Amino acid sequence: MKNNGPFLQVSNLSKRFGGVQAVDSVSFELQQGEVLGIIGPNGSGKTTLINLITGFYKPNTGKVLYQGKDITGLMPYKIADLGIVRTFQMVRPFYKLPAFKNLIIPLYSPRVKRLAGGKYGDRDAIAIDLLEEVGFERESLVPYKITSALPHGYLKRMELAQSIAMRPEMVILDELFSGLSMAELASMLPIIEKMTLEGVTIIMVEHRLKELFRIANRVMVLNHGRKIAEDIPKDVMKSEEVKKAYLGTEVT
Amino acid sequence: MFQGMLIYGLINSVILALVTLGFNLTFGISGVANFAHGGLYILAGYTIWILFNLLKIPYLVAVVLSILLTAFIGGLMYRFILLRLRGLTNSEVIASLAVGVIILEMFRFAGFIGFEYTLPVFISGSVPIGETLVDAQRLFIVGIGMALAIFLWIFTHHTKTGLAFRGIAQEERTALVLGINSDKMATLSMAFGAGLAAIAAVVILPLGIIAGEGGYTVLLNAVAVCIVGGLGSPGGVVVASFIIGYAQTFTATYLGSHWTMIVSLLAIILILVIKPSGLYGKQKEIEEKV
Amino acid sequence: MKTDAGTKYRKERIDRGIKARAEDIFALSSLQEMLYLLAPRAILVLGLLILPLYLGMYGKKVLINTAIFALLAMSWDFLFSVGMVSLGQALFFGVGAYIAGILHDSLKWSPLLTIPIATLGGGVICSVLLAPILRLRGVYFAMVTLALPLMFVRIIEATRIFGGTEGIHGLTSLPSVWFELYLSLAMVIAVLFFFRRLINTDYGLVLSGIRDNDQSVLRSGINIYWYKMQAVFMASAIGAFAGAFMTHAYMFVGMPAFELDYSILPIAAGVVGGTGTFAGSMLGAFILVTLSEILRGVGGVRIVFYSVLLVIFIVVVPEGIFHYLQRKYHQFERWVKVEE
Repeated sequence: MKNNGPFLQVSNLSKRFGGVQAVDSVSFELQQGEVLGIIGPNGSGKTTLINLITGFYKPNTGKVLYQGKDITGLMPYKIADLGIVRTFQMVRPFYKLPAFKNLIIPLYSPRVKRLAGGKYGDRDAIAIDLLEEVGFERESLVPYKITSALPHGYLKRMELAQSIAMRPEMVILDELFSGLSMAELASMLPIIEKMTLEGVTIIMVEHRLKELFRIANRVMVLNHGRKIAEDIPKDVMKSEEVKKAYLGTEVT
Repeated sequence: MFQGMLIYGLINSVILALVTLGFNLTFGISGVANFAHGGLYILAGYTIWILFNLLKIPYLVAVVLSILLTAFIGGLMYRFILLRLRGLTNSEVIASLAVGVIILEMFRFAGFIGFEYTLPVFISGSVPIGETLVDAQRLFIVGIGMALAIFLWIFTHHTKTGLAFRGIAQEERTALVLGINSDKMATLSMAFGAGLAAIAAVVILPLGIIAGEGGYTVLLNAVAVCIVGGLGSPGGVVVASFIIGYAQTFTATYLGSHWTMIVSLLAIILILVIKPSGLYGKQKEIEEKV
Repeated sequence: MKTDAGTKYRKERIDRGIKARAEDIFALSSLQEMLYLLAPRAILVLGLLILPLYLGMYGKKVLINTAIFALLAMSWDFLFSVGMVSLGQALFFGVGAYIAGILHDSLKWSPLLTIPIATLGGGVICSVLLAPILRLRGVYFAMVTLALPLMFVRIIEATRIFGGTEGIHGLTSLPSVWFELYLSLAMVIAVLFFFRRLINTDYGLVLSGIRDNDQSVLRSGINIYWYKMQAVFMASAIGAFAGAFMTHAYMFVGMPAFELDYSILPIAAGVVGGTGTFAGSMLGAFILVTLSEILRGVGGVRIVFYSVLLVIFIVVVPEGIFHYLQRKYHQFERWVKVEE
């Protein structure tokens, strides 16, 4: 550990788009190895928050400290290079290429080269290995299939593999579980658990609450860009404000 | 000399703004940079000339017809060519440039070159302002510029189509949800932009001759103003026009007219170094690309 | 579907069943497969090398012109493959042309020196000029590349630097027309194979990623702006070479070096031939320059001709001619009886 402070410290992060306050003074902390869930109704600012932390948006106010280092407003590739890797809600792979080719770009990054001791290694082979780790059956040659032929669940796993390829210290997963069947989801949980065991810190933005609550240490709730609750999974839904956010107020 | 510079600077700035308005507006609404803008400008000019000189149609009628015709062609261009490329920004850009080149070079090829290709001024004579003598047509241009600015403001704030334009320009997805037909709006915005190009041509071309080359200059100026002011921002167009307009006039007055283009180039380089997205450029965040 | 004597037939498209059709060479297991892959390339190279022997002086000049435009077209195609639309190949051409002309005129350096220096220098200058806009949306790249050549022409005209409207005359030409011919053709072949090779490497994959989904490349820790700049350098160096070469071939450099022709034809060649394939852009250049020679008598309409073809192709046949040829080579069609 580099310092004694929290692994990730987000303070008063805000972002305004024209008339809309997308993220409103959000603060939270993470320790290394934790799994933090971020939930909230649609439009509550979850993806905007991710974009702010990972450099895709510049915040209007606020700071992001990563292992003590101020990374606020750095370019996204620099933040990824430091070890914070995110996934995207909309997967857009190279549809016309074999699946494993989609892993090449992360494996081509300077970070991977650096962590591997200055050499890239056989990117194709590593790509196949990574895909196998996320459940692409090697014997059936699934990693070699043209990406357009793969079902959605495989594409989501591929997205996860792309972030693992970067040898991240922290991973931010944006609705990884969306569009997955129960079986596909069940197969992904062990992969995420394995990442936690290896010391990777994880933030998961999710709508699938039941599954999220099984792996998250803590859950944070956003509504209209503000943080309205932060608690252990068991207790977070007990808050009145959270219930109101999801279910609306009663009409008497 | 200084007073003359101030006045001519104003005129130059208004000319730049007039020429850029249509291009900027089309981009702001439909997201398409219409590189045929210069072509449409010259098309309007030659159309008036043909209607007035060959078909002997009264001048004002010819002017109105030309503006309508140019706007119509702008809309057609979108409907039949660009609409099929909707979303493929790269192809849209290429296609619009190609159409502009076709228009300009066709006129050149058809022999429309020469000193007889001029348009009559709206108001002749000159007006003394302080110690400077300014020709009335140039003042007319300033007047039209201001009238147009007011009209556009009223249009985009108080008419249904205008508000729709603003809606799409600000937030396309929400506008779509509200039932605004994005394709129809885009076609209209291109027609509108073409019409504005025609209006600019009508008042500015009488100052010189109509020549294909002028179309490229118009396009160049519009692009330069948009780079400095920020694409899609009407406020940016006005501010940038004044900056570049005055810089050009200042240079021409005190250093010599052959320096004016260098001034424009420097303005572009300076802006690219300091604030690449332009003075009022909404540098939309990277996420916009998705 | 067709019906013949009561039996229905349908068209079926079949791959020629040769594994080597894939872009990577997995396993060439027979001489037939190797020949299948090699044949088009060999025919192209041999054809280009032998053709000049059968051409008269006029034909040779046309071929040189074609080669130069092919270089500009492939340079354009490369930028397009990274997601950048250049509306001003003339910028690269003109910068290279003037560097060579000025170096030769003032320092008396031979073409064998001025051309390489102009190539590299042009690449550096253009990369630096275009660097600031690489962080902006694509339309800015289009606007700046469109504006710069137009501005440079006007500046040269107004300030009369670098020879002004007259230009710089009396420069040395290259050793002989054969030298010109084979130098330009060699460059075309070299650039063609270089780009096709490059696009299939992992580096090329990063470039395609920048075009298709640059956010994903960013989150993979890669500085896309640096890669874009590398692409601009390569493309502009090739354009600068073309310009420097022509300066010595014509023994003159002037404002026409920044002419619209040098910007429009490469785009038309790319669109007509097929973007992204390089061979397509080269093919497009060959077709357009040859056709324009045939239309030589009609003067200024050539650029209208390219532009019209461009618009037609981009709307109706966006994949371009080369993809069609490629499909024909890799697949064949036959009528198959419809099973009832």
